Amino acid sequence: MKPPQFQYCAPGVLDEALGLLDQCGTDAKILAGGQSLIPLLNVRLVAPLYLVDINRVAALDYIDARENHLAVGAIVRQRSVEQSPVVRQRHPLLIEAITYIGHMQIRNRGTLAGSIVHADPAAELPALLCCLDGEIVARSSTGERIIKAEQFFTDYLTTTLDAREIVTEIRLPWLPPQAGWACIEFTRRAGDYALAGAIAVVVPTPAGTCQSARISYFGIAATPVRGYEIEQMLIGTTLDDAILQAAAHAAESLVQDDLSDIHATSTYRRALTAEATRRVLRTAWQRCQNRS
Amino acid sequence: MATRWFGAPVQRNEDPRLLRGQGLYVDDIDLPGMLHAAVLRSPYAHAKIVRIDTQAASNLPGVHLVLTATDLGEVLEPSPLLIPHPALTHPRTQLPLALHEVRYVGEAVAFVVADSRYLAEDALELIDVAYEPLPVVHSLATASAPDAPLVHEDVQGNVAAHLLQSVGNPDEVLANAPHVIRETLQMERGAAMPMECRGIVARWDHYEQMLTCWISTQAPIPIRNGLAAIFHLPEHKVRVIAPDVGGGFGAKIMLFYPEEILTPFATMRLGRPVKWIEDRRENFISTNQERGQLHEVEYAFDDQGVLLAVRDVFLHDTGAYTPYGIIVPIITSCSLPGPYRLKHYASDCQALYTNKVPVSPYRGAGRPHAVFVMERIMDRIALELQMDRLEVRARNFIRPDEFPWDVGLVYQDGGPTRYDSGNYQAALDKLKLALDYDTFATRQAEARVQGRYLGLGIGYYVEGTSIGPYEGAHVRVEPDGRVFVATGVTSQGQSHQTVFAQIVADQLGIEPQAVLVATGDTQAFNWGVGTFASRAATVAGSAVHLAAVKVRKKIQALAAELFEASAEDIELAEGKVFVKGAPQRALTLGQLAIKANPLRYTYGESARTLAAMNLAAARPGPALPPERDAPGLEADGFYSPPHGSFASGVHGAIIEVDPATGMVSFIKYVAVHDCGHLINPLVVEGQVHGGVAQGIGGAFFERLVYDDTAQLLSSTFMDYLIPTAAEIPDITVEHIETPSPLNPLGMKGVGEAGVIPVAALFASALDDALSPWHIRIREMPLHPCRLHELLQEARCHKAVLPLATEKPGAPTENCH
Ligand SMILES: Cc1cc2nc3c(=O)[nH]c(=O)nc-3n(C[C@H](O)[C@H](O)[C@H](O)COP(=O)(O)OP(=O)(O)OC[C@H]3O[C@@H](n4cnc5c(N)ncnc54)[C@H](O)[C@@H]3O)c2cc1C
Repeated sequence: MKPPQFQYCAPGVLDEALGLLDQCGTDAKILAGGQSLIPLLNVRLVAPLYLVDINRVAALDYIDARENHLAVGAIVRQRSVEQSPVVRQRHPLLIEAITYIGHMQIRNRGTLAGSIVHADPAAELPALLCCLDGEIVARSSTGERIIKAEQFFTDYLTTTLDAREIVTEIRLPWLPPQAGWACIEFTRRAGDYALAGAIAVVVPTPAGTCQSARISYFGIAATPVRGYEIEQMLIGTTLDDAILQAAAHAAESLVQDDLSDIHATSTYRRALTAEATRRVLRTAWQRCQNRS
Repeated sequence: MATRWFGAPVQRNEDPRLLRGQGLYVDDIDLPGMLHAAVLRSPYAHAKIVRIDTQAASNLPGVHLVLTATDLGEVLEPSPLLIPHPALTHPRTQLPLALHEVRYVGEAVAFVVADSRYLAEDALELIDVAYEPLPVVHSLATASAPDAPLVHEDVQGNVAAHLLQSVGNPDEVLANAPHVIRETLQMERGAAMPMECRGIVARWDHYEQMLTCWISTQAPIPIRNGLAAIFHLPEHKVRVIAPDVGGGFGAKIMLFYPEEILTPFATMRLGRPVKWIEDRRENFISTNQERGQLHEVEYAFDDQGVLLAVRDVFLHDTGAYTPYGIIVPIITSCSLPGPYRLKHYASDCQALYTNKVPVSPYRGAGRPHAVFVMERIMDRIALELQMDRLEVRARNFIRPDEFPWDVGLVYQDGGPTRYDSGNYQAALDKLKLALDYDTFATRQAEARVQGRYLGLGIGYYVEGTSIGPYEGAHVRVEPDGRVFVATGVTSQGQSHQTVFAQIVADQLGIEPQAVLVATGDTQAFNWGVGTFASRAATVAGSAVHLAAVKVRKKIQALAAELFEASAEDIELAEGKVFVKGAPQRALTLGQLAIKANPLRYTYGESARTLAAMNLAAARPGPALPPERDAPGLEADGFYSPPHGSFASGVHGAIIEVDPATGMVSFIKYVAVHDCGHLINPLVVEGQVHGGVAQGIGGAFFERLVYDDTAQLLSSTFMDYLIPTAAEIPDITVEHIETPSPLNPLGMKGVGEAGVIPVAALFASALDDALSPWHIRIREMPLHPCRLHELLQEARCHKAVLPLATEKPGAPTENCH
């Protein structure tokens, strides 16, 4: 379990990193927190010739509360986000999702952006980004583009990011103040990737019915999955048991048929997904009612 | 003499060092000029080796040596069969490197030595092996099928051994009993997974013509003896040291693992030290495993819940080779009767070869299977007769006045399975109290009203521990007053440096902190076997005790001479030696050690003090008269038990099951344990805690899942789930002490105990929690997916299970 040889580069400014990527293209890999990349290197599942370590690019180290969204620079650790006062105050759903990630030691190293780019379908943050219609800011030597979450995740560990691009920033929209939210997941052990999980945001009308809803899932397909159909079903309802039951039922069909491994068959994942739907919506709904 | 340290909760001597990061594990050893090795392993479970081309690997700069089987010369010998047995008619052991055929994924095929481990692994990728895949035996079902492929061409039916044991007349009783049930019970593979994998550093010293090996092993002395024979060296020219060992759990008692021969071979060939460290990926496919068994059990009982007879026909998965004989299934066979008065019992076991990692004992070593079977039986009797589960057990217990109890079977050590002592009801009573058993039914009913499913499970076991043949120890008082103890047993976390120190401290009137215990270094102590089978504290501890008693006598004799008093009047306390009633005129142990060496030259403060004291002058005549046969205050002690002593215990737990998801959590866990006289309750509790955690892992988290080509699917810690602190409940440990009459201090072993009843208990608790669905657990380990599947089946059928032949339902949808 030792990586094959690679060249290690640790540029201090973004342009230098982009220049390196320009030269090396697919022969290079970006190293952020290393919590996913280093294990892959050690078991020789990836063998890049160049490792571009962006941890010294100080310009990527910021948490910025902007008008419409929270912006997190690419080398910000998950743990820093978790401990950030502004995030704690204004984005509790992000905190709830982040604390499900591995263990504190892992969050001390792992970055928010790294988790998004790694695009593990069982990871919390990609699903959160989808749920909120967040954005990914990517830079290459030719310029910057902003990618919508919906357009980013294409397959298992695969995104639309180009090998010459660096993600510089993740943008997570704020929730409306009256919204209720929740993230729940089923794992074998505390800190494991989810067998199935769901994230939901529901916004009530003053009359106490559901004005809008968002729900996304992780661990159930090759990418994070948005439950658009379920979102529509919920509008105008009070999320009573019958509606939750219907939503749970609809959620089962989102589970990829052949997604079967030693921990969960697709049948079991469907059951977990249904249960996650019930629980996440119930909790989210309770939270928004508590507020008003 | 008042016992002061034995039985006290003494803090561990090893902790200050280990907690400060001053431990020394094999990988910490870094010798000048050292090279690094890596092993090429078979990717096939069964294949012919057609050709191996190592040219490119040998040519890689930085590579020093590439070995395949044909390079090994006379060292290319199958590993010794450690424990032969007449029933083991077709033993097969492994070559250090496979020659014509590989029989499991992970079998060693080539060995590379290079400047660094990185380079060595690069070189592995350059070795080109042409394999011709052969049909694979991936399970006991395949192995036992009539037209099964053969793991070893010349072993018909894959049968390595057929072991039959019986007592009484089970056939007749089964034929005539009022109630007879037959069930299939199954346990699948798990593995030890010590935190430290295996590893070895070997150094050949040209000047001394000496081979030194640091190995993460439980058995340095047997390895030393073997290496001396393999490499034609005198035993004193081979030194094997087990330094700090980060867990063994049985897997490291095995010898020889190929690397334990290849690394010394390489160092002798190259004249430079060589290190090989097993990484976790290798550990999953090359360190021995355990637990795969399939039991067809038939049992009879009467209307009062008394168990009348058991016939247990089982298959044991021994993997591709039988290096450790059939110890595991023998233990299963002998452990099945447990604490019960089983008078009619037949055990019929076939050990079958499969194309998987070889099997040798892993903590529990066949006992968890036996306890699973027997405790399932007890629960079933209770269910059938609508009796209380604990009451059924009570009706079947061997009573305290019936010891010694002969089970009537031949144990793993070749001796009788004879329980030396025990008090099974007392432990059960303690458990009942600690679990608040009598109120549980009410609590369970209340919870169900809220949609919560609680279940209570128990598991009772008797564990054969402390087997022979023997262990030894050396005890010596140093001139600085500290006491040096050396023994052949290793420590892989058991606290030997504390408990042996306590035993010596009591004899010599010193504090345990003043005793330095060396374990696992063949140069420090030369005789012995190793740490396994819950035997070190009892067998080596008794030897330490006997040696310390001898040293005490020597101290008393010498002091009597010096103080011109009688030996019986000499007292030892607080590191001093004096005549009873006159502690003001005392010698320290160190001063006495100086006096015990009749030299003209003496050094240091103690020597000056001695000179100033008015001690009796040396007698005329020889400095060492016949009654003092040797200088110094030292002695060896050896202890050889007549047969094993039998510890016992009962665990109980309350769990909660979420029927929607199959997720389970432990709410309460109580272990009542009887290992005879406790040397140190803290240490015993630590052993039990660790065992329970491992047991919970083995029952609900850890699974070695092989596909039908015998590829391991759970081969990383992402998939092989070791429970963490978050999954393990608080564990209450309570003690019963029924001393063993077999050894001087009345001890029994405890090392494996914690793990043994957990699978049985878990099944029992699940049945109880899910009783509304009439679930009957017949397999271990379980996992939420499988549990959910069982629940779904039960929800569909809704019917009560039929009584006749019952098997664990075949997984319906690949829920492995
Ligand atoms: C024991 C353990 C448990 C874990 N449990 C969980 C869990 O429960 N949930 C979960 O979501 N995750 C879990 N993780 C993974 C963890 O969240 C990782 O930190 C995360 O997936 C990757 O972030 P990183 O900063 O470490 O990225 P790295 O490992 O450094 O990189 C990951 C990938 O992203 C690329 N990359 C990283 N940053 C950029 C960038 N700015 N631009 C372009 N490409 C980039 C890298 O090239 C690489 O391909 C766990 C990890 C471990 C070791």
